[in-house]
Amino acid sequence: MAIEIEQPRVGLSKVAVSKTHGEDSPYFAGWKAYDENPYHETSNQSGVIQMGLAENQVSFDLLEKYLEEHSEASSWGKGAPGFRENALFQDYHGLKSFRQAMANFMEQIRGGRAKFDPDRIVLTAGATAANELLTFILADPGDALLIPTPYYPGFDRDLRWRTGVNIVPIHCDSSNNFQITPEAMEAAYQSAESMNLKVRGILITNPSNPLGATIQRSALEQILDFAVNKNIHLVSDEIYSGSTFSSSEFISIAEILETRGYKDAERVHIVYSLSKDLGLPGFRVGTIYSYNDQVVTTARRMSSFTLISSQTQHLLACMLSNKEFSENYIKTNRERLSKRYDMIIKGLKKAGIECLKGNAGLFCWMNLSPLLEKPTRESELALWKVILNEVKLNISPGSSCHCSEPGWFRVCFANMSEQTLEIALERIHKFMEQRKRN
Amino acid sequence: MVAISKIATGNGHGEDSPYFDGWKAYETNPFHPIDRPDGVIQMGLAENQLCFNFIKKWVMEHPEASLCSAEGVNKFKETALFQDYHGMPEFREAVAKFMGKVRGGRVNFDPDRIVMSGGATGAHEMVAFCLADPGEAFLVPTPYYPGFDRDLRWRTGVELVPVVCESSNNFKITRAALEAAYEKAKEANLRVKGLLITNPSNPLGTILDQDTLKGIVKFINEKNIHLIGDEIYAATVFMEPEFVSISEIIEEVECNRDLIHIVYSLSKDMGFPGFRVGIVYSYNDAVVSCARKMSSFGLVSSQTQHLIATMLSDDDFVDSFIVESKEQLLKRHKYFTLSLSQVGIGSLKSNAGLFIWMDLRKLLKAKTFDAEMDLWRVIINEVKLNVSPGSSFHCDEPGWFRVCFANMDDNTMEVALLRITTFMHKHNEAMVPRKLCRRASLKLSLSRRRDDFMSQNMMSPHSPIPQSPLVRART
Repeated sequence: MAIEIEQPRVGLSKVAVSKTHGEDSPYFAGWKAYDENPYHETSNQSGVIQMGLAENQVSFDLLEKYLEEHSEASSWGKGAPGFRENALFQDYHGLKSFRQAMANFMEQIRGGRAKFDPDRIVLTAGATAANELLTFILADPGDALLIPTPYYPGFDRDLRWRTGVNIVPIHCDSSNNFQITPEAMEAAYQSAESMNLKVRGILITNPSNPLGATIQRSALEQILDFAVNKNIHLVSDEIYSGSTFSSSEFISIAEILETRGYKDAERVHIVYSLSKDLGLPGFRVGTIYSYNDQVVTTARRMSSFTLISSQTQHLLACMLSNKEFSENYIKTNRERLSKRYDMIIKGLKKAGIECLKGNAGLFCWMNLSPLLEKPTRESELALWKVILNEVKLNISPGSSCHCSEPGWFRVCFANMSEQTLEIALERIHKFMEQRKRN
Repeated sequence: MVAISKIATGNGHGEDSPYFDGWKAYETNPFHPIDRPDGVIQMGLAENQLCFNFIKKWVMEHPEASLCSAEGVNKFKETALFQDYHGMPEFREAVAKFMGKVRGGRVNFDPDRIVMSGGATGAHEMVAFCLADPGEAFLVPTPYYPGFDRDLRWRTGVELVPVVCESSNNFKITRAALEAAYEKAKEANLRVKGLLITNPSNPLGTILDQDTLKGIVKFINEKNIHLIGDEIYAATVFMEPEFVSISEIIEEVECNRDLIHIVYSLSKDMGFPGFRVGIVYSYNDAVVSCARKMSSFGLVSSQTQHLIATMLSDDDFVDSFIVESKEQLLKRHKYFTLSLSQVGIGSLKSNAGLFIWMDLRKLLKAKTFDAEMDLWRVIINEVKLNVSPGSSFHCDEPGWFRVCFANMDDNTMEVALLRITTFMHKHNEAMVPRKLCRRASLKLSLSRRRDDFMSQNMMSPHSPIPQSPLVRART
């Protein structure tokens, strides 16, 4: 009764063996270098400084202070009254109090210029899940989404891997500060058509990752017009909306819709998360806000695969419904990020490096094209390797963000202490000095 | 009108099943002992609520398990930042240890093979994405959990082919049934990539014996297909015979381990469905690697990982919890099945799970699924209990119902039993009296020890009709 063990390996799925998980990109290679030799201010001062991870660590003290003063945020206090209900709560509608708190928070971020209905909020475990889920709903396998370049490298996995949907880039370049133009959108659309790909939507990130800049009102109007014209969806990933350095500079697609009386709103969907603004990536808090009833219903059902832990919903419902806390947090967080940004821009300028004028996010978009041997992707990667191995900084090469212009790099500044940022700037300064001499 | 996808517009979400209709009836009129004493009692939700006091005690004694307490807040920042899809090592170690203890220490689990997912719901979908292409198929023994239709098929495009199991042999998974299903798939031009078993079974509440398990492992090796063992109810085995896991069987028979994958969760064993702790444990390195990447779409909140790591690494707590949970489930199961048998209702003999597989075949007006739905509507609308009709589990024989017993307190259980008793007496009065005596044809599930009949904590049943004498079970 012996079973033959020597058999052809049983296959996994095509999805499983594909490379669309995207981890072979240099975006991740730098992380490996960091993991093997991470900088530490006392124990490893010559290690690699991580500047490739868009985390927000500048405002944790505000969160910790809140927790110390508000024991009700835990789902158990005296007698653990809420523990059982919380542990049992798996309704995919999500905790009403949490949805209400998220809606309020999103309104506060937008200075009250847009209103959000808690019943249109669908909860997912992170924006990663939200973006994938929306793609499953808005497009069929083989269809395409248009995305302006440069864009967040994770989209290649999140939007394409298990969905089978394609990304067609809308090329933006430095000639107009990487703004999205109607011509570029039309070119991308035509490109998709010529490849026989049905375009189902356009996805923008506003404020932009990796540019660190908000999209201007006129561009937003044009993008919405384009979506209406082609009868496609518009997804606005506003994950960095609370990280704009000044409240007035961010214009949400929700505001554009409001001024249009919500005409054409049924094609618009907003993705949000607390990973960047609140610095809580580990808690997996993502949301989809859709103006389309069918999308809300379907997204809610699909969220079964990726619900937010009820424990986390409870904690954040308490925290975010405390108006005093949330207002103070938003204001203070903006100020601190703005200060950090000024610091890095000044430091880079001193070293002779220019950046795109930014006004949001946890990173700056640095221009090292003058340093390239040749204006090619290969030269950019060669320079990136030097920066990683010699300057010992992990920054993200623009090619990993699909930038069509070589020489740009995304540099994160909010995931470290000010001291570490100083050290990083010193290293860059030294590097630039050496190059000048050579 | 801007169109959405085929997946979105189809009904792959599975909510048109009667499994959910009963929930709707419950939601519009939910039972409450004071506010809505005539409301519908929810017996269609497999939740484990019997050990919360036990868990709460631990929770109150361990404030460091919460990031929000004075004792735990120093871990807040590092936890909040932790989004590594490998998962916290202490979390994986604690879960691996727990899984081993639940299996009586007879097998060890490697923390590095533990992959997180958004509940078992997310785990099943993730495994399907890893193992099968759209249009390929998994074999699933019937009756099975209705959620599989959505979880395994909706977004993956994978098909399910039933392995039909019959009441004539207590729904055993036979070689013949497996072969028949495999052939059927072939005839339908479906490439079979795997077999999914739920052990302990939902909805049957039974466990697979060693021979059946060995036969299954042999079958999948011969066909070179994957075996997915959903062991979500592993710790709910409250009575002999002892649970045998897939992880144990592969130590005893020859098996290509690359074919073996376990799905687990804390939703049933611990009663934490809200915390979304799903686990994929695979013996196949490529699957672990792929699933880990995919887990990005459904990671466990690090806040929850911290809580679970702290809780499950407390050996004393875990050891006592496992014992306490079994005791409570045993007590509740015994009381429930005994009370039912006294009014002539039998169920499949079971020793696990949070439900019984109730046999109401003799109450059907005809041996049809229409008659089953008629009876079910009566139970929902007149008896005011939400139970799950067997057809929603793809049972091939009408008349079976899954009835959950662990998601309510003792008082609610009494009310439910009273309603059942009242209904049965009404029904029996309307029938020829002789039919009451046909107990031999029913599967009875009774206690072995008469003095365990009622625990001190339970109220005595207060039915107006005198109890019929206890009948000993044949073992």
